[in-house]
Amino acid sequence: MEKTYYDPADLKKFPKITEWSEELGEKFFDYYGKVFEEGALTAREKSLIALAVSHVVKCPYCIDAYTKDGLQRGITKEEMMEAVHAGAAIESGATLVHGVQMMKKYDKLSM
Amino acid sequence: MLKKSLHKRANQLSQSKKQLEILSNGIFANGELPTFKDKIAETNQFPLRPNKTEILQINVGYMCNQVCSHCHVDAGPDRKEIMTKETMQQCLDIIKNTGAHTLDLTGGAPEMNPNFRWFVEEASKIGVEDFIVRSNLTIIEANKKYNDLPDFFKKHNIHVISSMPHWTKEKTDKQRGQGVFNKSIEALKKLNAVGYGMPNSNLKLDLVYNPAGAFLPTNQASMEKDFKKALIDDFGIQFHNLFAITNLPISRFLEYLIASENYEDYMYSLVEAFNPSAVKNVMCTNTISISWDGWLYDCDFNQMLDLKVDSKVKHVSEYNEDILNNRDIIISQHCYGCTAGAGSSCQGTVV
Ligand code: SF4
Ligand code: SF4
Repeated sequence: MEKTYYDPADLKKFPKITEWSEELGEKFFDYYGKVFEEGALTAREKSLIALAVSHVVKCPYCIDAYTKDGLQRGITKEEMMEAVHAGAAIESGATLVHGVQMMKKYDKLSM
Repeated sequence: MLKKSLHKRANQLSQSKKQLEILSNGIFANGELPTFKDKIAETNQFPLRPNKTEILQINVGYMCNQVCSHCHVDAGPDRKEIMTKETMQQCLDIIKNTGAHTLDLTGGAPEMNPNFRWFVEEASKIGVEDFIVRSNLTIIEANKKYNDLPDFFKKHNIHVISSMPHWTKEKTDKQRGQGVFNKSIEALKKLNAVGYGMPNSNLKLDLVYNPAGAFLPTNQASMEKDFKKALIDDFGIQFHNLFAITNLPISRFLEYLIASENYEDYMYSLVEAFNPSAVKNVMCTNTISISWDGWLYDCDFNQMLDLKVDSKVKHVSEYNEDILNNRDIIISQHCYGCTAGAGSSCQGTVV
């Protein structure tokens, strides 16, 4: 097999992180499970948020997982793409808003 | 889009032996995943045994007007296996004496059997508590001679259960074929028009959802809410219950899984979602499945895998419920499809 940093098969091994630190691993998975339960937001809404964030943090495992999760929930591809755009818009906005800092510094340094 | 069955294409997966081989080799042979037998043994549920027979599911033939890509029957217009009137007569004799309260006619498209209407009339004379016909909807629109099916169903108080993989045209047509969505919508409107699926109506109309792809169905209740909202908003269509059914890795769905390189991941998902409390309610614990040629099976899936009941009684001609109920159910790795998440049966989830 080709050597790559990411192996899709590793996603299934995610729970194994608990083996090297049981307490923290278990606390994390408990928390994770709880977060995605139906609450003030529906599980469906949370799935779309997770999908958007997966793209922003550029995690291939999360993208695979939440695309599948969305399909299982009957989320349409239009909804998924809009969520990705929502994430991308915030991410590019976060870049662009730093333009203000650049502008201020530019002005300060210029005569 | 599929046009021909595996059988017609002489695909090796049309042989049940080949399918069973695939389901037992690879990840299950090398111990990567536990076999279904080992898995249910962990909770002392092996061997799997039936309870009282409550449902007789009769497959009146594999002919169908559609060639859905996920079909576990490998049905299609090219399938010629059709139940004869003689076998139907034998089934009627059973229906008279059975303790089962539900009669469930399936196919293929059961309506395409030339003696379908005769059979329904005779069976309803006997008086069945819940008389189900699994209708694919498009058959109602397929040909003039089927246009009056909604009235025919109504006359015999048939409980109609129909497949609808999604409330969008794209997903439905991908799984079931070009134009299926629009025809299904027309058929549902006609069923609604005679009273089927309306609130408080005795004319039961339920829909079956199975995923259009290599993923599992999620929460049945929330899917039902989404389906109801979309169908009423977009088309003014109403129905009673939605059953979420998991696709079992056999026949054409197995073909799809292998061709799309999803087979192993799908089996992982099924095993991961294994729910020990779904085991006691799997369909085979209360159902007998009868094939077009009168053989008896634990379920429609085992029928397609040609796994006849493990009992002295194997055919309608010698049917005996007491003897049959004293059998072990034949299992293989496809059974994981019935025990994933909230479980899956022809009546939807089981827990
Ligand atoms: S899934 Fe149903 S409608 Fe589709 S081909 Fe099979 S029997 Fe026919
Ligand atoms: S596939 Fe058939 S035999 Fe296996 S668990 Fe499901 S209903 Fe029972």
